[in-house]
Order: sequence, then structure tokens, then C-alpha cells
Amino acid sequence: MTIRYKITAAFSALVLFALGALVLSTNVSAAGEGKITGTVKFTGTPPHERPIDMSKEPYCQKLHASNPVKTENVVVGPDGSLEWVVLYISEGLSGSAASAVSSEKPKWDQKGCQYIPHVMALDANQHFLVTNSDPTSHNIHPLPKAGGGNNQWNKSQPPGAPPIDTSWPGEEVAIQVKCNIHPWMHGYMAVVKGPNAVTDEKGAYTISGVPPGSYTVTAWQETLGTQTQKVTVAAGKPATADFTFKGK
Amino acid sequence: MHDMHVPAVHHHAPPQGFIRKHVFSLDHKVIGEQYYGLALLAVLIGMVLSWIMRLHLGWPTLSIPGLQLLSKNGAPGGIPTPEYYLQLMTMHGTFMVFFVLTTAPFAGFGNYFLPIQVGAEDMPFPHFNMMSFWVTFVAFVVALAAFFVPDGPPLSGWTGYAPLSALGAVAGPGQGLGQVLWAASLAIFCVGQLLGSLNFISTTLDMRCKGMSMMRLPLTVWAWFITSAMGLTAFAVLMPACILLILDHVAGTSFFVASNLVVNDQLQPHSGGSTLLWQHLFWFFGHPEVYVAIVPGMGVVSHVLITNMRRPMLSHRVLIYSMAALAFLSYMVYGHHMFVSGMNPFSSIVFSFPTLAITIPSTIIVLIWIGSLYGAKLRINSASLFALGFISLFVSGGVSGFFLAQPSLDILLHATYFVVGHFHFTMAIAAIFGIFAGTYFWFSKVTGRMMNETLGKIHFWFTFVGAYSIFMPFHYLGIAGNVRRYQAFVDDYLQPLLGVHKFITVAALVTGAAQLIFLYNLIYSRFRGPKAPQNPWEATSLEWTIPSPPPFDNFGGKLPVVYHDPYQYGIEASSGDYVMQDSPEQVQTVHDEK
Amino acid sequence: MAKLFAVTVILIAIGSAIPILMHTFVPPVDISTHGPLIDEQMSETMAEAGISFLAAQIILGVFVWKFSRTQGRIGSFPGGARGLVAAAVILVGVEVFALGAFGARAWAGIYFTAPGPNAMRIQAQAGQFAFYFRYPGPDGKFGPLHPDLINEGTQNFFGLDPDHDPEAKDDIVTAELAVPVNREIHLLMHAKDVGHSFFVRELRIQQDFVPGLDVSVHFTTNKVGRYEIVCTQLCGLGHYNMKAYLNVMSQADFDAWLKQQASQQ
Repeated sequence: MTIRYKITAAFSALVLFALGALVLSTNVSAAGEGKITGTVKFTGTPPHERPIDMSKEPYCQKLHASNPVKTENVVVGPDGSLEWVVLYISEGLSGSAASAVSSEKPKWDQKGCQYIPHVMALDANQHFLVTNSDPTSHNIHPLPKAGGGNNQWNKSQPPGAPPIDTSWPGEEVAIQVKCNIHPWMHGYMAVVKGPNAVTDEKGAYTISGVPPGSYTVTAWQETLGTQTQKVTVAAGKPATADFTFKGK
Repeated sequence: MHDMHVPAVHHHAPPQGFIRKHVFSLDHKVIGEQYYGLALLAVLIGMVLSWIMRLHLGWPTLSIPGLQLLSKNGAPGGIPTPEYYLQLMTMHGTFMVFFVLTTAPFAGFGNYFLPIQVGAEDMPFPHFNMMSFWVTFVAFVVALAAFFVPDGPPLSGWTGYAPLSALGAVAGPGQGLGQVLWAASLAIFCVGQLLGSLNFISTTLDMRCKGMSMMRLPLTVWAWFITSAMGLTAFAVLMPACILLILDHVAGTSFFVASNLVVNDQLQPHSGGSTLLWQHLFWFFGHPEVYVAIVPGMGVVSHVLITNMRRPMLSHRVLIYSMAALAFLSYMVYGHHMFVSGMNPFSSIVFSFPTLAITIPSTIIVLIWIGSLYGAKLRINSASLFALGFISLFVSGGVSGFFLAQPSLDILLHATYFVVGHFHFTMAIAAIFGIFAGTYFWFSKVTGRMMNETLGKIHFWFTFVGAYSIFMPFHYLGIAGNVRRYQAFVDDYLQPLLGVHKFITVAALVTGAAQLIFLYNLIYSRFRGPKAPQNPWEATSLEWTIPSPPPFDNFGGKLPVVYHDPYQYGIEASSGDYVMQDSPEQVQTVHDEK
Repeated sequence: MAKLFAVTVILIAIGSAIPILMHTFVPPVDISTHGPLIDEQMSETMAEAGISFLAAQIILGVFVWKFSRTQGRIGSFPGGARGLVAAAVILVGVEVFALGAFGARAWAGIYFTAPGPNAMRIQAQAGQFAFYFRYPGPDGKFGPLHPDLINEGTQNFFGLDPDHDPEAKDDIVTAELAVPVNREIHLLMHAKDVGHSFFVRELRIQQDFVPGLDVSVHFTTNKVGRYEIVCTQLCGLGHYNMKAYLNVMSQADFDAWLKQQASQQ
């Protein structure tokens, strides 16, 4: 090997190391201390959620026989809490906090002919796993907007098939996911930049890992639209942002 | 008819160099071999696809070893997904119908033997002939390419019903680029067939040697001639249909897509097209196509049988007229594919009568075959066994036509395995038997070597019993209401029938594996088989008057003169019980019986 | 070898006929008023096709057995080609045209009659990969369809707009086709996306849904029970699992069912 090749090799190694360090450092700084918490509520008369007739798929119908599943377009708790609202920082993130990609690999499960969870928030390029816990085939058919950064795909997952490991390259709030074999199955994947959260059945959420600063928080609900609020996160002190969506 | 114009003999030298001799050859014989080779490749692929489908139907949870390597998306963990099953099914049908059943018996044997049997040294348009093969090859590559695009081949079946086939990727995996490639492949294929048909027709009409009147043409030539006439009109309809389908994909037209369709909750940007238009165009091609697949087989089987029965058919003319009647009627019956399609129910009745009427020429053909066996001196060999098997299978497929010709019974049987059994018997397995009969019969002429008869007979028994074991139970399943094109039988109704599916799968695997015997025989005999005499079957037609393999210009620069009808057997001549077509010997010849 | 062929062909022919004669594989019991004609036509066709099949295969076998490697002169079929052609034209011609004519009667019974004035109108919609059904409600009128409003996530399968269309307000959308027994049903068939088909084996009805062309069938059931509706027109990856149920009920059960469905809209 000539000396020239050795220099090239050494230089390449150095560049690789530097790149690796850069990638690692973003991950480290993304795990900041700040938090944004709050609850999302619904006022007015919640829309009627129709029970779903799953007679087409006898297994799923039997599974839910005692407690029929209803549509999940607006899921309101007894105290007016609103479930399945996506919260993310739409303005104010900069640098490493904005480009950070969570290393968590959330699961998008098909169980009892429903998506578990109904709504999922992800970073762009964050990997997630699609699994099928039913003894029947489902087809996963996400429908991102045409012309955006994401491409539509449509794949079946027979029972017992290995999980599908994939990600979305572009931000999009939100990509509808359908199963054509069971047309009532639908859910959303919100692909955003930086830290995010989805409200639980009490309407509560926590966006963690937010570095101190001023931000705009956006709340998105699949049929009620979006709302925004400005918050300031100080070191060691969580900011609060509560939202209220009004019905008709 | 005897004083016809005889084309002058051109003495051209055989081509030099590998490319001109074996790749871009103008020689009809090489082109015939190329078509046969293409069919062999396509049938192997098609058979493997059917094995995967059968395995999955019999054992739905079975992980098929190695399948995930073939398609990671299509078979995660080796279990085919619903869409992958349909994609395999679509490509199985496409490869088999177009690249096997149309190419081998028609373009393969026809190219090789039609010019020799009419006494010509080549076709009138050798460049068109070369083009027809290479265009067909391009069509094959384009169809194959559909496997390698991201979403894979289309899943809409070999019939490609619109609007599923016209809406694009939104309608399902493979319905985007895969479907466009499929339509492009068929459109290109049509070009090849049109060029080929043109050559066949002009060879038959213009290139016959001195003394070869139309009625002195062997039944094979008649079959290819009739098939060409069908091909010319049928493929001329499929090609524009495929082009319109491609336009619906790429140019935003709506030939086959109606207004206000909603797929995945998205209103489709199409309006004013017609769903049934595609079906009319496709089946106007599709039904004659069935006869394009089977009529050459009838010609080959007649030719092989006559030679081995040592007697001509009871009536040469009646057979020819019946084949022509089949071809003619085939255009008037296509609507029987559409009885429950939503077309005017009155049309169903109108289409049902010509469909029933087509039984008459088919029956005449079968009766002439069987009637001619009476008093014959049948020689049993691989070729004649396959020819006899063809008759048996064609009868079995024909009688199920009684049911499907009736709209009222189509209500019960349409889109069930009964239909699958019906068309596999007639156009698929019977036509394949025709190919086998022709191969065992003509192999020595093409290669100059004999095939192994023992292996040939073993191959026959496996294939004959196997074909019945596979396709007869399909009819039972259909009668019981087993719907076709299902990748799994998820409902309680079909569960009890799973045992029958398992049986069919085992039969299909065994029968398929037995084809390796044929493949071995074909390849081994090609290189190691015993040297063949010029006329091993003591046959009369012109191909047996020349050396094996035939020289470049077939007749060594001197065109033959024909003195007799093609099948002068069962007589007393100097050579034995037959007299060659080109023999000037004056003997008491046989004529059609009344 | 000729004898082996003869025996094999005859054994295959007889073996193939056994499951048919034993009625091992039969369509399920008919539940429609128009079905008996079809079933009758089916058995007649089976008899004629079966006889032709057995006769042809057995004669083929016998001839191959008898006339292989025979000595002496070539014999000829008594009657010759003319006899065979005459036999084919007369026997088979009469046979198939008789079948055609009788079969047309069965077909006409379904398709060439108009539904009666009291037939109950139900709309069936087929889409990838499920059937949905719509009952017009007390006003007897179907609300107009707005394809742009179709949203399966909110279960608006038909694209109804009850807020603006008074006829749509009382429409009842269901996943199951329930019908009262002994009542004529006029089923209006609408395809949402691609071609589908409506096949109920027991009902002796198979009819394609044609995108862009609404077709209809009418039938009367005569047996209470739950039967499977399957799709028989290849419609995409979920074709094999595109099904629904036909629930034939007594009038009282049907009324209760419809009331319960209405309350869930």
C-alpha cells in the first residue's frame, strides 16, 4: 500500500468519526430538560359516535360482542376531556432540537380490527413498527397527500407475518391510515419536527425534551382542526398549555 | 388449382456467424425454435407460479421455503400476502395464455413446419418474421419486468377488468406501474402476432409448391391458417384496448373509468368512461384467443393421429370446415363471458345460442376423430398417446361448456372453480397435450435425433392421470360454490372443501415434477439421442421428404412437386402402406368417405 | 399400452362421474322462489352432459382397445363421415338448443320480469372490500348520494348529507342485508369504486356491480336463516374477504331489527 492510500484511509476514518460525533451530539442535546404539559377539553355536544358493525369479520365481531366498538372521530371523556389530540411545537424550535429524531420505535398494532393506537405522533424519519395481532389479514394503507414528501403505500400483513419497520421522511399532520379489508379501520399518523405528544383518555399530555425558549404549540384533532398557543419554557420549570375545542 | 403460380427459387447462401444464424435469424425454422424456447421458459415460470398458489391454497399458513427471498414484500416470512397471491395469479394467466398457449402450438410449430408443409423455402416476409419473434420477446421481457418494479405486477387477473386496472396505484398494489407494464406487454405482443399472422396467411396463399392445392394442404396447415385469420382480427382489437388502458393511466383519459368513483375516500378525477367497454373489447379478443390456443392443437393432433392410425380421417373436408366454423362462431359468442356482468340480460340470451351452437362443429371434430379410429391400425407411441389424451381432455372440457353456455346456470357457476376447470381442460391442458404430441412427433425432424420413447410414455401417464386429478375436482368445487380468485377461504362455507384443495395441490406438484422427465428427455435427446432416420413414422407430408434436420433452404434449392392428397395411408404402394405427397407413383389413393 | 389407455380412460370417466352421481358436491339448498327452475335446468344439463361425456370417453377407450396394431385392411366406420355429421347436427343440435330454450325460461323468470309494485327497495353498495346496505326509512325515499362526502372513517359509506337533504335524514345504513321472508325485494346495486359482484349461493343470484351503471335484481326468499353474500368479481387484494350476510327474518323480527338499526344511525 502506498503512503497516499494510507493518508486517504486515515482521512476517511477521521471524517466518519466526525460525522458520527455530530450525529451523537444531536441526540444528546435533544434530551433537554424542559416540558410542556396540559389538558385538552371539549365543550358543547359531542357528535354521535356510531357503533361499528364488524359482522364481516366474525372473529372481530365476537371479540367486541359485549362492548361494541364505536367510531373514534371525537372521543370525549365524562368530564369533557378530549382524547387523541396531537400536540407538537410548530414554531420556535431551532438547531439540534428541531432536527432531533426520537430513537424510540413506537408500535402501530392491528388488534380486534382496530388500530392501537388510533392516533400516533412521530418525528420525520423516526422508525415505527406495524404489527398484526389478529388471526386475519389486514392491509395497511396510509394515504399521505400527493406531492408532499411522503409516498402512499399499501401492504398486507397476514397473521403471523413479521412486523413492518418503516418511517416517514416528510412532515405531515396528519397521514390517514386505512385498512381496505376492514373499511371502518382508520387512524392517523402525525409526522412532525421535534418533541410531540398525544392526549390520553383524560385529555392530558406531556411534551418532554423541550429546551428552554419560546414556542408555539399546535393542537390537532382529526375532525375539529387545529389550535395554537404561545408558551415559554424555562429551565427546570414545565410550561402549561391547555386547549379547548368547541363542538357545534 | 394445379396450374398455380409457383414462385421462382432463389438460391441464397445460408447466413454466416452466430448472431445471424441463431439470434437475429431470418430462417423460419430458427424462428420457430426460438418461439418454442420462449414458450418453454414461460411455461416453467408459469408452472412455478401455480405451485406457489396451490401450496398456499392447500396450506394457507405454510411458510414456503425460499419465497421470502423471491419477494420480501410479497411473502413476509414466506407466506404470500393476499396481493402477492393475486399478482402471481395474474402473471400465471398472462404467461400461460400469451407466451405459452399462443406461442408454442401456433407461432412455434407453425413457423417451423408451415413453410415446409406447403413446399416453400421460407416465408414471404422473413424480416417481418424475425421481427415478430423479437417483438414477442420484448413483450415477454416487459411482462417479466413487472415483477421488479416497487409494487410488483398487477393483481387484476389476466383479464385486467377495468376500472380496477385503469385507476392506477390507488386501486391496489401493482395497479400503477405494474399494470401499465402489463398492458404495454400485451400491446407489444399483439404487434408480434399480427406480423406473424400476416406471414402465415401469405405463405399459405402464395407460397404453395406446384400441385399443392388448398385441399391438399395437411390439416396442420389448415389449422395454422385458420388461427392466423383469427389472430389477425382478435389481436387487432386487443392492441388498441391496451393502448386506451395505458392512456387512462398516463394521459388522464377516462375510456374505462366512470364518473364519481370513490377509492379510499378519494373522489377519482375521471368521468364518463365505460366499465363494460373494456369487457366487450377484451372478450371480443378473448374468446377467439381461446381458439387461437386450441385450433393449432387440433391440427397437430389430427396430423399425428392420422400418421399413427395409418388411415386418413373419415373426411378431410369436414374437419377443415368444422375448424373454420369454430373460428367464425368464436366471434359471436364472446358475450357468454359477460352473462352476469350487467349488460342487457336480453343480450345474454342472444349470446347463449351461438355459444350452444359452437358445440356442433366441436362435436363433429371429436366424432370424426373417434369415428376414424374405427377400423384403424393404431400405433401407440408417445406422440399418439398425447394425441389420444388430447381428445379425451377436449371432450371433458367441452361438456362443461354445456353448462356455461346457459345464462341461467352461469348464475350458479360464474366465477367459480367450475369455470377454472373448464378452461384449463380445453384451452390450457388440452392445448399443452397438443404441444407434447407435436414435440414427440417432430423432434426427430428438428434435431435429427430420436427422443426416448420409454421416458415419453412415463411422462404421458403422469401427465394424463395428473391432469384429470387436478382439473376434474375443480368442477366439483365449482358446483359446490367455491369462488375463484380467492387467496384464502376464510368463511365457514368453504372450509369443508379444503381437503379437495389439498388433494389438487399434491396432484399439481406431482404432475409438475413429472414434467422434468420431459425436460430431461428433450435436452438429453437433443445431444445424445440416437440418430433419426429421415421418416421414422412412415409419414406422407412434405417435412418427411427432406433430411433431418432440414437444410437451410428446406428443399435443397429444388422446390417439390405434389401429386397426392396429404394423407395417403392404408393403401398398397411400393414404399408400404402409404405414399409420400411428392411421390409421382400412381397408386389407388383414398378419398373422403361419404 | 393401447389396452392400458383404454382402461384408464374408462376408469377416469366412471370415476369422475361417481361424485356427481353420489351428490357429493352440490349447491346449497335453494331459498328463493325463482331457484327451482335453475336447479331443474342444472340437473337436466348434468344428465345430458354426463351421458355425452361417458359415451365419448367409453367409445374412445373401446376403439383404442380394439383397433390398435390390427392386422389386415383398414376398416371404415359404418355410416361414414356423413353419418357422424348428421348425428352431431341432429342429436347434439337438438340437445343443446332444447337446453338453451329451457334455460332461457329460467333466465327470463329473473331478468325479464319487473319487480312488483310492493317490492321492498333496498340499495346495496359495493366498495373495496365490503358491502353496505341502505334502507329508505319511513319516508320511503333514498337521500341523494354525494360521492365527495364519502368518509369511511366517520362511517359515511354512501356519502349522505342528512343535514341538508331531508330524504337522507331517515335513511338507515347497515352492514348486513336483512330482509323479511316471503317479501319481494328489489335490490338496487351501486358500485362505489371498482367492479364487484353480489353472489348468494342459496339465493341463486349472482350479479355484477358495474361502476357508473346502477343495475338491479329482484327476488323473494322463502326460508328464514343467515346466508353468506360473497364478492365474485376480482376487486383487489381484499377480494377473498369481501363478504356480508343476508339475514332472512320473519316480518316481526325484521321490524325490530330495522328499528334497532335506525336508533344507531
